[in-house]
Amino acid sequence: MTQTNLSDTIVALATPTGVGAIGVIRLSGLEAIPIADGVFPSKELSKQNSHTLHVGTIRQPDGHILDEVVISLFKGPRSYTGEDVVEISCHGSNYILQEVIRLLIDHGARLAEPGEFTLRAFLNGRMDLSQAEAVADLIASSSASAHQLAMQQMRGGFSGEIQALRQKLIDFASLIELELDFGEEDVEFANRDDLKDLVGKLRKLMQALLDSFKLGNAIKHGVTTVIAGRPNAGKSTLLNGLLNEERAIVSAIAGTTRDVIEEVINIQGIQFRIVDTAGIREAEDAIEAIGVERTLEKVRQSSILMYVFDVIQTQPEEVQADLERLYQPGMHILVVANKMDLNPYTKYEHFFPSEEKERALQPAADPSTKQKEPVQLSNWVPVSAINKMNIPHLKEKLHEAVINDKVSLDETIVTNARHYQALQKADQSLADVLKGMANSVTSDFIAMDIRQALHHLGEITGEISTDDLLGNIFSNFCIGK
Amino acid sequence: MFPKYDVIVVGAGHAGSEAAVGAANMGSKVLLVTMNMNTIGQMSCNPAMGGVAKGQIVREVDALGGYSGIVTDETMIQFRMLNLSKGPAMWSPRAQSDRWLFAQKWRLMLEAHPNIDFWQEMVTGVVVKDGRVKGVYTGMGMQIESEAVILTSGTFLNGLIHIGEKQFGGGRAGEREATGVTEQLVQLGFESGRMKTGTPPRVDGRTLNYDRMEIQPGDEIPSRFSYTPTELPSKQMACHVTYTNTKVHEILRSGFDRSPMFTGRIQAKGPRYCPSIEDKIDRFADKDRHQLFVEPEGWDTCEIYVNGFSSSLPEDVQYKALQCIPGFEDAKMFRPGYAIEYDFFQPTQLGINLETHLVKNLFFAGQINGTTGYEEAACQGLMAGVNAHLAIHEMDPFVLKRSEGYIGVLIDDLVNKGTKEPYRMFTSRAEYRILLRQDNADIRLTPLAVNLGMQGMDKRMEVVETKKCARIDIEKFLNKTSVTPDQINGFLGRIGSAPLKQQVKLKGVLLRPHVNMVDLQAELPMLDAFLNGYTAESIQTAEIEMKYEGYIRKEQEMVNKMNRLEEVKLGDSIQYAELKSLSSEAREKLSQLRPRTIGQASRISGVSPSDISVLLVHMGR
Repeated sequence: MTQTNLSDTIVALATPTGVGAIGVIRLSGLEAIPIADGVFPSKELSKQNSHTLHVGTIRQPDGHILDEVVISLFKGPRSYTGEDVVEISCHGSNYILQEVIRLLIDHGARLAEPGEFTLRAFLNGRMDLSQAEAVADLIASSSASAHQLAMQQMRGGFSGEIQALRQKLIDFASLIELELDFGEEDVEFANRDDLKDLVGKLRKLMQALLDSFKLGNAIKHGVTTVIAGRPNAGKSTLLNGLLNEERAIVSAIAGTTRDVIEEVINIQGIQFRIVDTAGIREAEDAIEAIGVERTLEKVRQSSILMYVFDVIQTQPEEVQADLERLYQPGMHILVVANKMDLNPYTKYEHFFPSEEKERALQPAADPSTKQKEPVQLSNWVPVSAINKMNIPHLKEKLHEAVINDKVSLDETIVTNARHYQALQKADQSLADVLKGMANSVTSDFIAMDIRQALHHLGEITGEISTDDLLGNIFSNFCIGK
Repeated sequence: MFPKYDVIVVGAGHAGSEAAVGAANMGSKVLLVTMNMNTIGQMSCNPAMGGVAKGQIVREVDALGGYSGIVTDETMIQFRMLNLSKGPAMWSPRAQSDRWLFAQKWRLMLEAHPNIDFWQEMVTGVVVKDGRVKGVYTGMGMQIESEAVILTSGTFLNGLIHIGEKQFGGGRAGEREATGVTEQLVQLGFESGRMKTGTPPRVDGRTLNYDRMEIQPGDEIPSRFSYTPTELPSKQMACHVTYTNTKVHEILRSGFDRSPMFTGRIQAKGPRYCPSIEDKIDRFADKDRHQLFVEPEGWDTCEIYVNGFSSSLPEDVQYKALQCIPGFEDAKMFRPGYAIEYDFFQPTQLGINLETHLVKNLFFAGQINGTTGYEEAACQGLMAGVNAHLAIHEMDPFVLKRSEGYIGVLIDDLVNKGTKEPYRMFTSRAEYRILLRQDNADIRLTPLAVNLGMQGMDKRMEVVETKKCARIDIEKFLNKTSVTPDQINGFLGRIGSAPLKQQVKLKGVLLRPHVNMVDLQAELPMLDAFLNGYTAESIQTAEIEMKYEGYIRKEQEMVNKMNRLEEVKLGDSIQYAELKSLSSEAREKLSQLRPRTIGQASRISGVSPSDISVLLVHMGR
């Protein structure tokens, strides 16, 4: 970040450009109120109370009325940025908004740099770092869920959970430190089994937070959803059906889609990045082979797989084989039976006749992660893409896949990559603690890994200092000869 | 009457004596001024050096050319390596010394130094001209000139002793307090404060029944503090352990209404980790016993130090309570315990070289800086002595990083955070304690002292070089030498380690949990023969560095990461007061302390991580 002059008064449009009945212009800084006073002759704002609304007109120097506006007055430090803030709600015309901003700049304001209001809020102690990051996310969030998530993080739900975690770990660390520094004295020793227990609990909690990152990230950046299937199964038609537009080139010639096509759709507040892929089959030319390889690559990276097949052309065995090839543990599968208009009587049971066959799909390895049966009746979505038949149902299924399958949105979700990394490192350190204990490593080394874990958690909120540990020891234990 | 001195050291306790050594070994002409030449190097409290974290400090002082390690080694009556059941970072040497011999040895070593002169008198003030110290004023009205002055006043500045409801001026039992200095410094603009500490009663060892106590002998093979080949005792004396009980607590409690602690006569802050016995039973009322260590004060004296029974209750209460302790039924008391209040100066008034911000070439070391402990005092003294010399010659200060030594941790903590209670070192204060071990202080620090030009370090440097080579040789040997199942499975079976199926390299066996070099040496004649040429200390360091290589490397990586923050310099021109984004406390502290680096700023109490982010943002990072 470049060094910005924090004594300037800054101005910017606070609402999105272009549309809207109202546009809000925000001024912040030492001179915010005098500058506003200069363009708003209706009232003397500097004599008004903070947190008040004022109706009046913005006038140009020659006395011309530019707009009739409502001004919200926030005097620092009780404002968003901690400085004096004036918000001018104008009519949402681009021309008016530009003119008002120009007028304010003429009166001494400077156009704000991107994120500068938040930066000032952070620098003035109005929010901590993770809140500031959440605001940045909030500004960038483009869907309702992302917005909710950002709001939640701002209210400190995330910080709170981490703080609770840290406190437990500090207690743990204190016990170990007590044993190390005062081992010669008559002190109680940390019970190793209890410690193991505690670390186990902590890791479970952290794992939940880590798991939430996938969803959190998905909500922020969109859930990667891949449409895959045999050539001419109607994948691109399905994508167009979902998009309601002709995005992909569609033709009856197998292999029309040679590259990967990506589109974003919003279903009930959740963004899906839908990837259309080249059909999987034994490729007939080099270019197509690359396309197939890319398809598999994309499938591996996706959270949801929409496997599309043609109910007329495809045999149950082929469906099974495809799924076996495409399925990755942890992904959610929707089996989209396309071209139902050609055979409306196709049933789930025709393609998935017996229990055994379903089991065959279960990955043999990793019995610990309890995967649901990948394909069940509930994952079966019959559609006719070309007629847009049952597309709303498919959308419903996609939404469900995110919401029901994973974490509820009311829980704490980690969305920030920095937080995720810190949690990951903290978890690694705790894993090292357990490893150390298993190898009967002495507690000075174990303490080192605990401190590391504390340090990484401290990267998210606040910081642990050794004073905390000693303070904890002195207040809870009788030590000293 | 006096030549002009480079450095005057005021006070000849652990800080003062080491300060004199530090400056003198750098080549300065030193005058050591003390109120009483018979109490040079006096152990005012516990007749012991070292202990957890403190033992590491003594070894560091020794590695830097100080004398505390040598004096301790040559006067010890008992040696124990504490914490051996824990990892090597925690191993801490502790020695019980003969109090008389200790002081005598210190005095003789100082007398033997050609650069050190002595003067017995009370210093009443410092000579200051143009913001620079020029010497000291004495009680007899003399003025002695010098380029630098180091104040190491211990508990003597306006010392006030409390026993029950009695209180009287004094710097130590039987010695008068020092006056004048605090008042002058306050006039110069310094802020003074009061600290409190205490000491337990001394009793007549001939009246104790040791059968009723647990014996605590010294280590079978005593080790040493100094990295030089000091002479160790051929025999040792035992300490004993006993416990208080509810009866003792009841008696002590009966004196609470006459306790200066509880009646509010003592306002100053005492150390939480070294509480008086009355404090312990008051704060931890649920504990029905507290451990006491019964420690002899020397080879020939019958005086006994009752460690853990520090008290300022009335002497009759102390006496009655003592007699209810197992083994103390017939105890005669030599003198009661007491509490002492004394002046100190918040160490945030010092730079990282222990020089005061206000007066150039004036240095503080020891309890005057709010610390407690001989070891803490000694290391500050040494650093102040060295830095006084460097300051006179306008050379860069000698600063140890937190990753280089406990001394670095201590001084960094003091000058950046200050202290609210007497500051004692703990291993948990050091974030890199795996690196700051007692076995490698010489490897860490001796080369630094040599670079400084400290005198008399040649022999020590040789030892360091030998140790470093030994480490490489020993690892090489273990890497290339194989051991067969026949040779070792018997041993592995005995310690519950899985037997070998085929021959492996020796190092692989050493790296197993529960396996150590000494046992392997006993098991394998070829290893024993190879190690024959190496000192025990070299072998130990080699073993530790091999066995814990992963952890050591991890910690070193953290150091490297942290040092990047240490490299971000904070210029003198930063106007912290104008950075509204800082918390008001951080604004104030940063303006006052003017840290040199972001790393230092991050450790100032009241400066939060978000303040650091603000600084980084401000500096365009």
